Amino acid sequence: MQTYYSDLLVIGAGLAGERVACEAAQNGFKATCLSIVPARRSHSSAAQGGMQAALGNCAKGEGDGPDVHFIDTVKGSDWGCDQEVARLFADAAPIEMRRLAAWGVPWNRVVPGQSFYFKGGEKFEKYEKEENEGLITARSFGGTAKWRTCYTSDGTGHAVMCTMDNRCAELGIDVFDKKEAIALIHDGETCMGAVVRCLRTGQLEVFLAKATAICTGGFGRIYKATTNAVICDGGGHILAHETGVVPIGNPESIQFHPTGIVPTDILVTEGCRGDGGTLLDVNEERFMHIYEPEKAELASRDVVSRRMTEHMRAGKGVKSPYGEHLWLDIRHLGDKHISTKLREVDEICHHFLGVDPRVELIPVRPTQHYTMAGIRTNKDGAAYGLKGLYSAGEAACWDMHGFNRLGGNSLAETVVAGGIIGAKIVEFLKGYETKFDTAAINAEVKRQQERIHDVIHGRNGKLNVYKVRGEMQDALMKGCFVFRNKEGLEECVATLQSTLEKARKVGLVSDGAGPNHELAAALKIEGQVRLALCIAQAALMRTESRGSHNREDFPERNDAEWLNRTLAYWPVGADMPDLKYEDTTPLFELPPGDRGYGGGKIIPADEKYVKERTIKSPVTEIGKKK
Amino acid sequence: MGRQLKFEIFRYNPEKEGDVPRMQEYTLDETPNMTLFIALNRLREEQDPSLIFDFCCRAGICGACAMVINGRPGLACQTKTKDQPGHLILHPLPVFKLVGDLSVDTGVWFREMYAKTESWVHTNKVFDPTQEEERMDNEVAEQIYELERCIECGCCISACGTARLRDDFMGAAALNRIARFVVDPRDQRTDEQYFEVIGNDNGIFGCMGLLACEDVCPKGLPLQNQLGFLRRKMGITAMKNIFRKK
Ligand SMILES: Cc1cc2nc3c(=O)[nH]c(=O)nc-3n(C[C@H](O)[C@H](O)[C@H](O)COP(=O)(O)OP(=O)(O)OC[C@H]3O[C@@H](n4cnc5c(N)ncnc54)[C@H](O)[C@@H]3O)c2cc1C
Ligand code: SF4
Ligand code: SF4
Ligand code: FES
Repeated sequence: MQTYYSDLLVIGAGLAGERVACEAAQNGFKATCLSIVPARRSHSSAAQGGMQAALGNCAKGEGDGPDVHFIDTVKGSDWGCDQEVARLFADAAPIEMRRLAAWGVPWNRVVPGQSFYFKGGEKFEKYEKEENEGLITARSFGGTAKWRTCYTSDGTGHAVMCTMDNRCAELGIDVFDKKEAIALIHDGETCMGAVVRCLRTGQLEVFLAKATAICTGGFGRIYKATTNAVICDGGGHILAHETGVVPIGNPESIQFHPTGIVPTDILVTEGCRGDGGTLLDVNEERFMHIYEPEKAELASRDVVSRRMTEHMRAGKGVKSPYGEHLWLDIRHLGDKHISTKLREVDEICHHFLGVDPRVELIPVRPTQHYTMAGIRTNKDGAAYGLKGLYSAGEAACWDMHGFNRLGGNSLAETVVAGGIIGAKIVEFLKGYETKFDTAAINAEVKRQQERIHDVIHGRNGKLNVYKVRGEMQDALMKGCFVFRNKEGLEECVATLQSTLEKARKVGLVSDGAGPNHELAAALKIEGQVRLALCIAQAALMRTESRGSHNREDFPERNDAEWLNRTLAYWPVGADMPDLKYEDTTPLFELPPGDRGYGGGKIIPADEKYVKERTIKSPVTEIGKKK
Repeated sequence: MGRQLKFEIFRYNPEKEGDVPRMQEYTLDETPNMTLFIALNRLREEQDPSLIFDFCCRAGICGACAMVINGRPGLACQTKTKDQPGHLILHPLPVFKLVGDLSVDTGVWFREMYAKTESWVHTNKVFDPTQEEERMDNEVAEQIYELERCIECGCCISACGTARLRDDFMGAAALNRIARFVVDPRDQRTDEQYFEVIGNDNGIFGCMGLLACEDVCPKGLPLQNQLGFLRRKMGITAMKNIFRKK
């Protein structure tokens, strides 16, 4: 068996993983990264919009700073985040953007003089200052007080991913692709690395390290409809969760986007609605104004997603071989507008639908988009439960997003958290020696070999993995989507319990030889259903609505009872998650208040509790002024 | 709607003892807005779970799914079946090492390319976190980005006559990568240093200029311009070198 050693093993080579690896390598440690696909194909490269950092260089960003970014982030989280972490993040983001510039990211820059921009269909004028020429500029994004989103044309994630991967090449970091981690090696206390399946040969390999970081991105693919790449399937979460000692933080906290195209759920921008596009139902009639007379199509992401779901449930969806959907209509915006301001939408319609949005309707439906849920870590990025195990990026619940993440904050999180957590790992590695427990290694390898042997030979049963996966995805779409209520969630939990039984009985149809995909799917199905059950059970227990978690039967945000974070453990051999809770944040710079959007009633927290934890901060003042 | 599609797919799993390369046929009912991403996944999930192929973003942005579709390299995820004849012939990309069926190893090829081209900004400046960023002209930034849009799908390499004949030919993607650093003012490499890397038959002088690469690039990268630009630049550098040697 091939065995590799390094100081740091990073599972996942997206932006977060590679940033962590760079930090270790720069400090003289040997870092190895694993990825299912070549690093640059990681989902980070799909992000187009940009990443937030309060540089305050452009005209509409004037007066911005980490304090304002911090406030936006806490409000955005619906007070579900850890405020110490949000502070670390907001303060470090500008430095990290400059570092990326030094490494080679071609950020768009300030061009002095007069220019125009549009807001709500109206044209406005702005002047960029001469003295700021050539500094990193920013664009506007939802939910922020200032223009703060740094970008490179329409390909921010791609450009930053290229630079980061180049940096890894420069530092001589081993980045292996077509390697999928399938289990952690640990003794219940310390993590020692991972068992990995090579996706070229199908062989198992062992990667040993003093520290291991899971940076495997989100797990949107456990939902049927998602904007995520096909490799965002929870593999990394499953590794940690399966140990029984590492919890998933806030599993019920999943973000949905209103306009994924049908059938492939590729995202079309919110800009369509922002510029005046409308949503139509099966009768080609508008409906959003019925539910939301004031804002109609322009209500916030979660609200529009909920109304669309409601309307389809009322039988007004358009039937298709891929399930029900609604229509997005931008025909009236005209050729000029579509071919300039919505060029990307035009291209997506052309390539993936063969639809001309000037004369045809675009099939859309709400779609899973982002997992705030993740491997629970402390503010150093160290996972709860296992020494030497870390997590960063979308895979982690570091927790700066709480119950809702703001656009532009997740891409920024990958590099900012990667830097901070990378530095903490370096601290950990300094002077740390370990012994690799060969018994634990051999036992884990043997366990995986047996597991593979059993599914290939149908020892546990012969259920089809794709069918079981479909059942899980349907259950989540039905009960755990944008809308949640007691009956729906109870039914979802019940269904998933029987799906879990089935997941334990899958067997391959093919022979599983070499880089076989069916085997990869079969090896993770049980873990995926466990994640699904955590989402459903945590959502059932949380009897309030906060951020992306919307309970029809409990519409208020209940700070009196639910100002906390769910920790979902899965004890080894259990059939249901074990839910525990902890305070959302050890201290408040910004005491709980109104987000200023999205409406909804708030049941206030105990005054004494809040007061005791509120610290003096520049932000309390600004926060109040707002 | 209503068409029955016939697929003829290249099959060979090198990890399977006794397996031989062959073409295998499948049929599938076409549905509206069907792409090869949908079709191939349906084939794998409903008919033949042993099929090997790669998809990742399924949105035309990552480059994972390049294959030869009816004789032409392209991205499977953004290929709509309705734009193709009812009989689809699928092959893996040539030039790259075959992983199995329609999947090839672009990862190793491109990583070796980063090493050869030293694909990073060469500078002796040290980053100072307390300082403002170094300024850059916005137009230059956009120019760099235009060259950085390559998704490393490998289509250009597969379509290239020279690359098919010679293992060590760098290919359009690598030459485009060099061009990206040539236009970047942060990179302090001189023309002589670039010449060391690409001023030979494995690099810019091996290119026959027939431009199959640009024709198939799904991102529409201006490969023709870049190859011309480098050829001129390296031609001049070669001349200088000759004179220096005298
Ligand atoms: C369509 C879309 C648009 C977006 N736009 C924006 C935006 O404009 N701004 C913004 O801030 N955010 C945006 N986001 C969110 C943001 O892109 C992601 O949250 C972020 O890129 C995640 O980065 P990551 O490094 O954590 O993980 P990823 O980039 O997803 O990388 C995960 C890595 O883990 C590897 N991996 C996974 N499982 C395993 C395993 N078992 N073994 C080995 N390796 C494994 C993968 O191969 C990959 O290398 C967008 C998301 C989507 C879906
Ligand atoms: S122009 Fe050069 S690089 Fe492009 S296909 Fe022809 S020989 Fe290859
Ligand atoms: S240059 Fe174009 S064809 Fe070649 S690898 Fe890059 S994106 Fe693909
Ligand atoms: S799957 Fe990413 S380009 Fe086709």
